[in-house]
Amino acid sequence: MKRFLGFVKKEFLHIFRDYRTLFILFGIPAAQILIFGYAVSTDIKNAGVAVLDVSHDEITQKLTDKIFSSGFFKRTETLLNYNDIDKAFKKGKTKAVIVYEDDFGKKLISEGKASLSIISDGSEPNTATLITNYTTSIVNDFSMEISGPGVKNLVKISPEVKMLYNPALKSHFMFVPGVITLILILICALMTSVTITREKEFGTMEVLLVSPLRPIQIILGKVMPYFFLSFVNVLMILMLSWLVFGLPVKGSIVLLLAECMLYILMSLTLGILISTVSKTMQQAIFISLIGLMLPTVLLSGFIYPIENMPKIYDYVSSVLPPRYFIVIIKNIMIKGTGFMYIWKETLILTVMTLVFIGLSVRNFKIRLE
Amino acid sequence: MSEKVIYVKNLVKKFGSFVANDNLSFEVYSGEIFGFLGANGAGKTTAIRILSGLSKPTSGEVSIAGFDAYRQTEQIKKNIGYMCQKFSLYEDLTVKENIILYGGIYGMSKLLIKERMAGLLAKLHFQKDENRMISDLPLGLRQKLAFSVALLHEPKIVFLDEPTGGVDPITRRQFWETIYETSSRGITVFVTTHYMDEAEYCDRISIMSEGKIVALDTPENLKKQYNAASVEDVFIKIARP
Repeated sequence: MKRFLGFVKKEFLHIFRDYRTLFILFGIPAAQILIFGYAVSTDIKNAGVAVLDVSHDEITQKLTDKIFSSGFFKRTETLLNYNDIDKAFKKGKTKAVIVYEDDFGKKLISEGKASLSIISDGSEPNTATLITNYTTSIVNDFSMEISGPGVKNLVKISPEVKMLYNPALKSHFMFVPGVITLILILICALMTSVTITREKEFGTMEVLLVSPLRPIQIILGKVMPYFFLSFVNVLMILMLSWLVFGLPVKGSIVLLLAECMLYILMSLTLGILISTVSKTMQQAIFISLIGLMLPTVLLSGFIYPIENMPKIYDYVSSVLPPRYFIVIIKNIMIKGTGFMYIWKETLILTVMTLVFIGLSVRNFKIRLE
Repeated sequence: MSEKVIYVKNLVKKFGSFVANDNLSFEVYSGEIFGFLGANGAGKTTAIRILSGLSKPTSGEVSIAGFDAYRQTEQIKKNIGYMCQKFSLYEDLTVKENIILYGGIYGMSKLLIKERMAGLLAKLHFQKDENRMISDLPLGLRQKLAFSVALLHEPKIVFLDEPTGGVDPITRRQFWETIYETSSRGITVFVTTHYMDEAEYCDRISIMSEGKIVALDTPENLKKQYNAASVEDVFIKIARP
């Protein structure tokens, strides 16, 4: 045991002494979370919106106030006639214009319906869609508020699409689970495969094998620090997404952490397997990056829904562990479901872990012979 | 005659139908410097792996430091030291950390490690450098240090697998002085090398070819037997009959 602890300590020294390793371990995950959360964010905040209110009555005034008090929009200007719309867009700050029809308030009271148009800047389709959706939602809200029993169909605009489980339409709610999935498998598999092949390349592996340390102790000793640090990593990512984005964990945090441990273990065994088939660090890095990162990003359901893929990709993705972990983590974090709903995925990950261990042991034995 | 620390009789190692070691028999005595020569692929590595407890023989008797190579590999590992061409030290650890690590792996107590480390550093005039990274040390020093570390747990036998590859002649010379000093303390040095001039420094050498030991004697006797001027000539005569 003492032998083993000394060995583990040495592995920690390797990690803490190499700032590149530390950066990969902690810098990249933090950066990823922030980049995906902010830069790739599909939220809108303070989007420029102008108003053309030719009706100019009490109701339009109220609705306009409500729209701008939502915090999503910033009023750029108040337009006076239709010709100004084009000009407003060309200035660049305005992303959408809300146009009330003539006698909006009057029609609403007498006929029970009125219409407004939301004209958005189609050159930024993403923002445009979002602004339209947000505004529609606010307008619907407003019509409910002022609707007495007699008033129905206040405004004629396309119905808004409400997102279940993410009422605020916050995109980082979707990204954080994906980023955790990606980062854990990448870091664990990459780091373990590199750290083991490094010993091979530097010739220190031979010395370790000749020593009284058992092969299993060598492998465990090399993997344990990464297990520990990856777990710290999970905690860091969760804290970061909670503090920066206010992302809560709806389900059981204990269950979430337990599932993360299983996933980390799976990734580490995958890393060991990669190290048994690669002779050099470069090879290990190549296999880990190309073999894991691309499929995880593209095929695991992280960004593109699996349901929309051609069947063949669906089959390919079914051998990717991240696909199952994404389901697990999204269920726990966002939907707040319990173990009952994710036991299948958990079982699949467990089996994968065992298979990876089996294959690694076999490869390792062949190498020793 | 002194104690036999390596005893090999009719050792055979097969991988499927391929015979890597074909009926090897030899003995090595304590304090002896034993050169283990052979062209690449002659079966040297396989034999060393068996002698160091890494793999098991297919048949034959093998005993290392009095322990059986079939059943007592753990004991064998505790009683041998090993150093390979790549110097086997961690470059991103300091001299001291490397020593503590290896001491720990061999199950030595903290006190013992400290004591031996002090002795080792004093002998190499290295006391000031104990906190330097291995990567900052010149090659020759690293090599000496790696050798001393391989001897830290005071093994009965030390295996040196091409220890002088890529080192300049002066450093090689110095390294061989260390080897002599080690053998004078009664430690057996089992060395493989491709440098034939180094083979001349050994007490006895064996030459392997195609899985068999084809010659085994002192360098002097071999030169006489093959009517050659140097071990290099002997080697060439054997390798290309």
